[in-house]
Amino acid sequence: MVYRKWKTAALGAAMILGTAAASSAATLDEVKAKGFVQCGVNAAGLQGFAAPNDKGEWSGFDIDICRAVAAAVFGDATKVKFTPLTAKERFTALQSGEIDVLSRNSTWTMSRDTQLGIVFTGVNYYDGQGFMAKKSLGVSSAKDLNGASICVQSGTTTELNLADWFRANNLQFNPVVFEKQEEADAAYDSGRCDAYTTDASGLYSIRLKLANPDEHVVLPEIISKEPLGPSVRQGDDQWALIVKWALFAMVNAEELGVTQANVEEQKTGSANPEVKRLLGTDGDFGKSLGLTPDWAVNVIKAVGNYGESFERNVGQGSPLKIARGLNELWSKGGIQYAPPVR
Amino acid sequence: MTLRDAAPSTPLSGQRGSGSSWLYDPTIRGIVFQVLLVVGLALFGWWVVHNTIVNLRAANIASGFDFLSTRAGYDIAQKPIDYTIDDTHGRAFLVGLLNTLVVAAIGVVLATVLGFLVGIARLSPNWLLAKVASVYVETFRNIPLLLQLLFWYKAVLSVLPGPRQGLALPMGSNLSNRGLIIPRPVIGEGFELVVGAVAVALAAAFGLSRWARARQMATGQSFPSGLAGLALVVLLPTFAYVLAGMPITLEYPELKGFNFAGGLVLKPEFMALLLGLTIYTASFIAEVVRAGVLAVSHGQTEAAYALGLRPSRTLRLVIVPQAMRVIIPPLTSQYLNLTKNSSLAVAVGYPDLVAVFAGSTLNITGRAVEVIFITMSVYLVISLLTAAFMNWFNARVALIER
Repeated sequence: MVYRKWKTAALGAAMILGTAAASSAATLDEVKAKGFVQCGVNAAGLQGFAAPNDKGEWSGFDIDICRAVAAAVFGDATKVKFTPLTAKERFTALQSGEIDVLSRNSTWTMSRDTQLGIVFTGVNYYDGQGFMAKKSLGVSSAKDLNGASICVQSGTTTELNLADWFRANNLQFNPVVFEKQEEADAAYDSGRCDAYTTDASGLYSIRLKLANPDEHVVLPEIISKEPLGPSVRQGDDQWALIVKWALFAMVNAEELGVTQANVEEQKTGSANPEVKRLLGTDGDFGKSLGLTPDWAVNVIKAVGNYGESFERNVGQGSPLKIARGLNELWSKGGIQYAPPVR
Repeated sequence: MTLRDAAPSTPLSGQRGSGSSWLYDPTIRGIVFQVLLVVGLALFGWWVVHNTIVNLRAANIASGFDFLSTRAGYDIAQKPIDYTIDDTHGRAFLVGLLNTLVVAAIGVVLATVLGFLVGIARLSPNWLLAKVASVYVETFRNIPLLLQLLFWYKAVLSVLPGPRQGLALPMGSNLSNRGLIIPRPVIGEGFELVVGAVAVALAAAFGLSRWARARQMATGQSFPSGLAGLALVVLLPTFAYVLAGMPITLEYPELKGFNFAGGLVLKPEFMALLLGLTIYTASFIAEVVRAGVLAVSHGQTEAAYALGLRPSRTLRLVIVPQAMRVIIPPLTSQYLNLTKNSSLAVAVGYPDLVAVFAGSTLNITGRAVEVIFITMSVYLVISLLTAAFMNWFNARVALIER
């Protein structure tokens, strides 16, 4: 929308008027100076990933990444501010420096990594694109969707995968494209489209928001791989490392059995050298990131380890009840894997 | 020029002969300052472009216009020209541009018709008609267009039943939440004859009207050239159509699978945008028309009556030409507004230039600066062309005072 173009305009202004010579200061110093991390999140309120809870506070799996970074930097997970963004606005907001981290269920792709001046720091959720349709249509497979009208959000990998998949399967479809996820949700709910497509995790979340969730079914096909993760601006390696290792700390903590509840106890009592290195009682890993030695302790105290954050937000402890699947640890049959702290 | 003529009277004028003080020559000084201004502007423009390129490079953001020839990969709901996902972003840009032009062109025509009707109705001596027109104008002129678009889209069109329970209309048409589906005219062999007949009829009508005018100027005898021209334009193509063996057939929509197959589909996104733009802009045009008619003093009507002109002729020959002089400039502004407002299409999911090019293409390629620059330039060009045409038309119909 033109009246919502201000984010793009801000980038334009920054690119046109900013003096070419002035290189941006280190993000860590800027964040410390202003006293909080500015984190870009999903504006549509994707329950389980990024949505305001009953108390009006942002919560969710993507939000935990923002809080983990704040905890690593300040030792205080509340020192974070959120900027709600649509799919169209997200990368521009990061490029223009409006946000420090983007944690908005965004797919890591090569073109985004190489052409947008941003860099993905990891994968917090391995996802794939799926379809949802009304049960009353009697559709059991996405291949039955020939000729269907399909609601989709613009500016997403979803929009591209959709066209490719229907082409590859020799099927026809009518795209109904919206800029905002809420608009696409509402159009699907009102019956404008026969089916809705986005990442499978999003389908589970959006289904719960529909007027009658039980009337809709998520179809079995997963037509793409969508590694979702946080991203930062290129050119500031230290900041990228902090965001990267905040997530790795969560994954390593789960693997080592460090939890939100026992982290203090483990810090003082554990004899395991791996745990000692992670929690900062051995070596100076925190210092090498430009942080305090107990940076990982702060992360785990704030949001728990990866498994705890997953179960609380999107897993069995949540209304979404998503199975770990690919997001199980590598040692338990999944592909979540973090390099060692060494 | 006045300054220069006055120059000899100034005390400095005595030194001019020596040639040392060209600085004080207003003409030379004027030229120097204008050259400086142009050079300054050019430098500023260069600095803006250069700085943008350097900044984008420094931030590691890919730039340039090469993306226009790469594969777009996304589908578009409404395609006035052939387009597949294998076509380029440049082609997608064209599709978006055409979608914008389609909705703007149809919107301008419908808004003009509706606006003139409502504007004249508001002046009607019929109390009820005038009040209905007033309520229409005051309602739609005072509600933001975006809200009206959302109203048409969400409150009117999206509550329609699904395609299987759609409202069946005559001729196999159907109105559902998938849009209005009407039979599609399929053009068969021999249609060229009809097109030719239309062209011949138009040329003949034009010639007839010129001849009638010339004769009236010379002899004072009038000829109903308008009526005769209309008859020509209607009858000749109809005759040709029948002669060619009725080459237009209708393809009726059929319910197949999820949606209708065949027929011409006016999607709800298109209808919501067209309805919103038309109804909103028509309320402004109605006021422009009313102002134009009221601007012609009543004495003109009375004078025409006194000369023995009938009311219809008074309207056509006396009032309308004078009213048009007042109507056309603000009408141009309304046309420009309608075209630019069509960019709100993105709120209702209509694939216009902003939704397609400044939406999907911008996001897929990440070329924000380039895409927004092209999009802004396109709207500027469309608006300038519209304004140029309307200025030309205004000059044609302007009252020539004698």
